[in-house]
Amino acid sequence: MPRITGTALVLLFCLLLWQTLHLLVGASSLASPFQTVVKLGSLLATAEFWQNVAETMRAFAAAFLISLVGGIALGILLGVRRLAGNVAEPILVNLYSIPKVVLYPLVLLCFGLGISAKIAFGVMHGLIPITLFSMNAIRQMKPVYRRTAQVLRLTSAQSAFTVILPAILPEVISGVRLGFSLTLLGVLIGEMFASQRGLGFMLISAINIGQIDTIMAVALLLTIVAVTCNSLLLLLNRRMGYR
Amino acid sequence: MIGAAVKARSDSLAISEVPAAVHVRLRGVTRVFDLPKGKLHALGPVDLDLGRGEFFSVVGPSGCGKSTLLDILAGLSRPQAGVAEFEGAPIRDVPDGVGVVFQEDASFPWLSVRDNVAFGLRRAGIDPAEIARRVDYAVGFMGLRDFAASYPAQLSGGMRQRVCIARTLVMQPRLILLDEPFGALDQQTRLLMGDELLRLWRETGATVLLITHALDEAAMLSDRVGVMSTRPGTFIDFVETGWERDRDSRVVLTPHFGDITARLWDKLRVEALKIMSSGQA
Repeated sequence: MPRITGTALVLLFCLLLWQTLHLLVGASSLASPFQTVVKLGSLLATAEFWQNVAETMRAFAAAFLISLVGGIALGILLGVRRLAGNVAEPILVNLYSIPKVVLYPLVLLCFGLGISAKIAFGVMHGLIPITLFSMNAIRQMKPVYRRTAQVLRLTSAQSAFTVILPAILPEVISGVRLGFSLTLLGVLIGEMFASQRGLGFMLISAINIGQIDTIMAVALLLTIVAVTCNSLLLLLNRRMGYR
Repeated sequence: MIGAAVKARSDSLAISEVPAAVHVRLRGVTRVFDLPKGKLHALGPVDLDLGRGEFFSVVGPSGCGKSTLLDILAGLSRPQAGVAEFEGAPIRDVPDGVGVVFQEDASFPWLSVRDNVAFGLRRAGIDPAEIARRVDYAVGFMGLRDFAASYPAQLSGGMRQRVCIARTLVMQPRLILLDEPFGALDQQTRLLMGDELLRLWRETGATVLLITHALDEAAMLSDRVGVMSTRPGTFIDFVETGWERDRDSRVVLTPHFGDITARLWDKLRVEALKIMSSGQA
C-alpha cells in the first residue's frame, strides 16, 4: 500500500471517530468536524484572530530559538565535559519529569505578566529535551570518528564542523522535533494562565464561556500547524541520507 | 632519471622520494597508563627499526599493548620514556605522511563513497583537479567504482573498510598503520582483502605496519613479523618470512607458510597460556 493511501486512511478513521463521538456526546460537548471547520473559517476572517496568532507565534519563535541554540550549545558542552554531563543529567531528567505548570507562579513573579513569562515558560519545556538529545548524541558518537579526524590532521574547527556536527545531526534533529512540540505547549499553557492575548488566551476564554466550536477550531489549527512542522522535521531527518 | 620514473607512474599514487633506509625507529619506548586503581604498565621498553618499504606485522596476545604501539606511531599517544622517530624526526602529534586504518568502521555515513574518499584531501586544501585524479584512482584501485555514489549504509562491512583504506590511500602516506583492519570481516573476505593490501603496498612503496591477531594473516602478508609478549608488551621474536615482493594469498598453499605459522604459534602459545592462566582471557 502506498504511503499516501495509508496516511489518508488514518485521517479518514480519525474523522469518523470524531464524528461518532460528536453524535454520542452531543454538540454541547463536542463540535462536529464540519462545525469546527466552518468556525475556523469564520475565525480566520477576523483581524482579532490574526492578532492572537501573531502574539503566540512571536512568543513561540523567541522561545524556540532560545531552546534550539541554548539546547544544542549546552548539550554539546555537557557531552564533551563528561563530569559536567554526569552531574547535570539527573538534574535535567528530574526537571523534565516534573509538571512545570506548578512552577508557573514563580515564572510570573520573576518575569512579570507579558510576553517574557510566556517565552520563559516555553523555554522551560523545550530546552531540556534538546539539551539531553544533543548531549547523548555527543556521548554516543563513535570514538573512531574523532580519531579519524586526528589522523587526517584536521584543525579543531574542521573537526567540529565537518565530523562532529554531521555525526550528531540526526540525534540533534530528533531532539529538536520533540523540543518544538514542547515549546509550543509551554507557550500555550503560559497564555492560558496569565495573558490577555494569544491563542492560549483565546482557548481559556472560550472554555470559560463554553464556546465549544471555538475551542475545537483553535485546537484543530494548532494540530495542523504542529503536525506539518513535525513532518517537515521528520523529512529532514530522513533526508540526511543516513540512519 | 628519477624524474622519468616519477612521470611514468604519475597515474598511480606512488611516492616519488626515496631517502634513508630506516623509516621508523623506536628505542626504549614505554607507555604507562594512570588508571584510578593504579598504574598500568602497558608497553615496553620496545626497540624496533622498520626499513623503508617494509611490510611488518605485529602479533601478540590480547591486551599486550599492540594498539598502544600503533597509537604512539600515529602520534595519538606519547610514550613516557624512549624515543619514537619517523623519517628521522621525533613523532609529535600526527606526523605528515602517516596514514591509519582502524578496526572499527570509520566511514562517515553522511557522505557518499566518493566524498568519503576525498574527505581528507578537501580538508587539506588540495587543488580540485588533483583531488579528482587521486580519488578516481583510489576508488578504482579498491574496486569501488560502481559504488562511488552509494552511501556506507548501502555497503557490506568489507566494502566500508575498502572505503576507509581508499581514504587513507589518497593522502599518499609513506607509512601506513593498520590496526586489525580485517578483524570484523569473515575469513574469505579477509584473504581477499589481504591480496588488495599487498597490491596497495607494492604499488605505493609505502612502509606498512599491520597489527593483527590472526597468525595466518601475518605469515601470509609480511616481510617480517614481530611477536609480542604479554603485558607489558615487548618483542620476544622477529620472524623473517622470506617471501618475494610479488606475492599473493596463494602463499598459504606452500609448506613454508606452514613453517612460519608454526614458528609464530610456538612463540605465542607460551604467552597466550600465561594470559589464560592469569584469568585475563
